[in-house]
Amino acid sequence: MAGRVEGKVAFITGAARGQGRSHAVRLAQEGADIIAVDICDEVPGLPYPAATEEDLAETVKEVEALDRRIVASKTDVRDLAALQAAVDDGVAQLGRLDIVSANAGIGTQPHPTHELTEELWRDMIDINLTGVWHTTKVAIPRLVEQGDGGSIVLTSSAAGLQAYQNIAHYVSAKHGVVGLMRTLALELAPHSIRVNSIHPTQVDTMMIQNEGTYRLFRPDLENPTRDDFVPASQAMNALPIPWVEPVDISNALLFLASDEARYITGVALPVDAGAVVK
Amino acid sequence: MGRVEGKVAFITGAARGQGRSHAVRLAQEGADVIAIDLCGPVPGIGYPAATPEDLEQTVKDVEALDRRIVARQADVRDRDAVKAAIDEGVAELGRLDVVVANAGICILAPWDEVTPEVFRDTLDINLTGVWNTVQLAAPHLVAAGGGSIVLTSSAAGLKGLPFLTPYVAAKHGVVGLMRAFAHELAEHHIRVNSVHPTGVDTPMGAGDGMAQMGAWLEQHPRLAGMFTNSLPVEITQPVDISNAVLFLASDEARYITALTMTVDAGNTQY
Repeated sequence: MAGRVEGKVAFITGAARGQGRSHAVRLAQEGADIIAVDICDEVPGLPYPAATEEDLAETVKEVEALDRRIVASKTDVRDLAALQAAVDDGVAQLGRLDIVSANAGIGTQPHPTHELTEELWRDMIDINLTGVWHTTKVAIPRLVEQGDGGSIVLTSSAAGLQAYQNIAHYVSAKHGVVGLMRTLALELAPHSIRVNSIHPTQVDTMMIQNEGTYRLFRPDLENPTRDDFVPASQAMNALPIPWVEPVDISNALLFLASDEARYITGVALPVDAGAVVK
Repeated sequence: MGRVEGKVAFITGAARGQGRSHAVRLAQEGADVIAIDLCGPVPGIGYPAATPEDLEQTVKDVEALDRRIVARQADVRDRDAVKAAIDEGVAELGRLDVVVANAGICILAPWDEVTPEVFRDTLDINLTGVWNTVQLAAPHLVAAGGGSIVLTSSAAGLKGLPFLTPYVAAKHGVVGLMRAFAHELAEHHIRVNSVHPTGVDTPMGAGDGMAQMGAWLEQHPRLAGMFTNSLPVEITQPVDISNAVLFLASDEARYITALTMTVDAGNTQY
């Protein structure tokens, strides 16, 4: 049986690990080839270890184990020229482009808004919002030129639809992604290119499973642990679970990327266990 | 293995159109089906009513896929009949996992030509009928320890499309119902979402009722743009809605709840 995205090519940012790797693997399972980029490097102030080139190599290995092709490069979404080169190289090798997953993003230590440093604010907006715009900017011309549509999926967050205290830079960037999504949905509709966003609640990756997030959610404890984080995280969600798995986001991406969603555009799709309506 | 293998889905308005398409699509992916339909006329509808033969065709289509189906002629306004159909279906098929509240009518009229009867029938079927469906089916999902409920709203559940006042009111009400049920049923791992189609190529979208639309829009040209899809497609197919229902019904969407899922070619964004 043909896969649900058989023969398509997907460009995925932040693909070294976490949700990005899960997206690459899930789409490959359903027949897609992959263009993968990741910064594979430190960003100052992150409360969790940076992704590495070994992580990206693991993504390559996992996609190739599914007999799909992958073109991977160490690329920072803030570097427009490098990102353009990465997508152009990928398209040259894989022949086309159908799906764009703007997934790359950073989390951060919590700070009251007026105590955020300029550097923390700038890095967040540069990566989580401008990086998303860069990702669409370098991919759209190819989708339009191909002339047979396409699906762009922007990774926002529950924090793209509602506020959380002490992460104003993250909330602002993720809200901005929604504005970008809606504008692109209108601009690209005449080309049958669909643009949607996904809004995860907490996902069980390194970005949330770290001391900084534990402290954000449990300011009442001196040294909060993963176990301490469970009830606080679950309190965010309507469904009785503390967090979702990367594959849950990948399954939503797969649906939006596939032709099953051929008339779905402009949707802000929460995969949030009901966090936004709570 | 199908994406809803081994699940049982209760679908209202299943004789034809979107409801039949949902039954077939879910059956293709491994579900058994409990199907009901009024199979009869409602005063004022500008398109032919579904018939018992239509429902029989749905049965044939599902059985051709080697899935089981329990079909009953039942009106979503008749709580006893709906409950009997659900209970009989669950007794025969063994469980219930998915509920698709799809049954609905659409009667077009400018605001000053809507009769109290049309307003009442539309609310009774399109809103109270959805409430009946969910309230009577949900106990089986609670017993099963989880499930997925999908309510068919409309682009007109998110924006005020013209010449559809009762329909718009009912379909907006469905969103409120969806959100309220999503909260109360969350503790049972039951997810509740709504789908919001733009125009779909079914008998409801054809007939004399729709034909009048052109004349009204000529009289009120500023309203014409409200029906525009931003994607270059004039009408969607039932299977497009079914694919969204399938996704929401499947475990792939296990943490998706309280979502208003547009399948509207961008209509509500335009």
